[in-house]
Amino acid sequence: MYTPEEVVETYEMLSLQHLNIRTITVGINLLNCLDKDLSKMKSRIYSKIVDTAFKLNESVKEIKTKYGVEIVNKRVAVTPIAILLEPFAEGDAYEAGLELAAVLDKAAEKSGIDYIGGYSALVHKGFTKGDLALVESIPKALSTTKRVCSCVNIASTRSGINVNAALKMGEVIKETAKLTSEHNGVGCAKLVTFANAPEDNPFMPGAFHGLGEPEISINIGISGPAVIKAIVERSQGIDLRQLADLVKRTAFKVTRVGELLGKEIAKLMNVQFSTVDLSLAPTPKQGESVANILEAMGLERCGAHGTTAALMLLTDAVKKGGSMATTFVGGLSGAFIPVSEDAGMVDAVKVGALSLEKLEAMTAVCSAGLDMIAVPGDTPVESIAGIILDEAAICVVNDKPGGVRIIPVPQAKVGDYVEFGGLLGGTVVMAVNRFSSEKFVRRGGQIPASIQSFRG
Amino acid sequence: MTDERVVVMVLGADRVGIVAGISKVLAENNVNILDLTSSKIRDLFVMIMLVDISGSRVSLEELKEMLNKEAVKIGVQVSVQHENLFRYMHRV
Repeated sequence: MYTPEEVVETYEMLSLQHLNIRTITVGINLLNCLDKDLSKMKSRIYSKIVDTAFKLNESVKEIKTKYGVEIVNKRVAVTPIAILLEPFAEGDAYEAGLELAAVLDKAAEKSGIDYIGGYSALVHKGFTKGDLALVESIPKALSTTKRVCSCVNIASTRSGINVNAALKMGEVIKETAKLTSEHNGVGCAKLVTFANAPEDNPFMPGAFHGLGEPEISINIGISGPAVIKAIVERSQGIDLRQLADLVKRTAFKVTRVGELLGKEIAKLMNVQFSTVDLSLAPTPKQGESVANILEAMGLERCGAHGTTAALMLLTDAVKKGGSMATTFVGGLSGAFIPVSEDAGMVDAVKVGALSLEKLEAMTAVCSAGLDMIAVPGDTPVESIAGIILDEAAICVVNDKPGGVRIIPVPQAKVGDYVEFGGLLGGTVVMAVNRFSSEKFVRRGGQIPASIQSFRG
Repeated sequence: MTDERVVVMVLGADRVGIVAGISKVLAENNVNILDLTSSKIRDLFVMIMLVDISGSRVSLEELKEMLNKEAVKIGVQVSVQHENLFRYMHRV
């Protein structure tokens, strides 16, 4: 029998602190849809996604009824589409890419899937013809679809950093913002430039179904900032050693919910359950903020000196508790610090507590990256590429995943408030360094793999 | 039939008829009470029942609805959750 304290704790987490499954992401292999005939490939892709999503929807419905736990988003991640463009590399791969993006969008809409990831290319060592066509088609693909997400991996610990790709992504990001300028460049919110991109990430826009994955996989992302915040708030007066232990214990419980539901849904769908992403994922809703957890630890504002240390404690405790709770840890598994999606982060930027440079330092100790950052629309391509390179350098040397999701908001100036809508939230435009990165970035080439890669 | 166990928690100000009202709904639907405990947490009466719904005449969803209706009548809150959730969260 369970103690009243245990039962009440679970009740409070689920009903008062919004503990829920943030996303259940089904990974779908599309390689068996490959065909030189584009219309055949399109119809195979559409059917495979819609059929799999139908099973997902049915299973989610059943599990929701059984457990009463909210499952906020259902998503699909597919094989990187750049690979599917290879048969068209000598011809119209760019157009083929756009047609495939439209099919993904249509299949997601039909299936009630909010985002579909995998309009992706892995170019950390260079571009194939398919990769190049895909990357060049990203601005148009993202501005003409609603649900398609794109992720491009430009660096890895094993191969180093592809500077040409970082520069290309700088251009792609600027162009995407321009094509979606009516909505503050929101197309860029569906695009992330990654280093060490995980193949089983359930979170968007970074999710894609990696080549090492099985036919179908189920990955779960949980949501727990409000639960962790409540625990931290309740435990004033204890030292950081005890606090770390408390966060660890709570993270265990939070992750177990993801493990249980993920396993049951995979069983119902008769597919392999892959991983739980342990990440604390904030939302713009009051209380669901990672910044507020750091503030509850005792910092006046997120961004104050000590913030990186507090975030390190938090991320590490979440990882330790979470690892014990699930058989397979996957995705990014840390703490997300997306600015616009976290009301506490936005407040910290507003009052001048949090700068781009501090955020960059914070990404060294959490598993996401520079996320949902709005910068002025006239930020040079080379500066954006420089931001990407800095983030990639941190990830490559620390052998961790991380990405850059940055929105150069057209016409916006530093200090302007811009809204992206829904779960994407809104934020204050941040300042970028005004000195030029141009000559460095324009050298191009590849930054070799760090000495960290020669292990074993 | 598989053993389907559910945790029923009742929260509210202490008063006459809480146990009677909730157990009546369970009995009427052939839901067996396996264990029962009650205590006070932060001035609130908390009753926890572990029940077996494998012989239940109604689905878990319908049972939840009936218990909720009864809880409103008595003036307490009720939460009905599958036992797996507690086993996963609180037992290593």
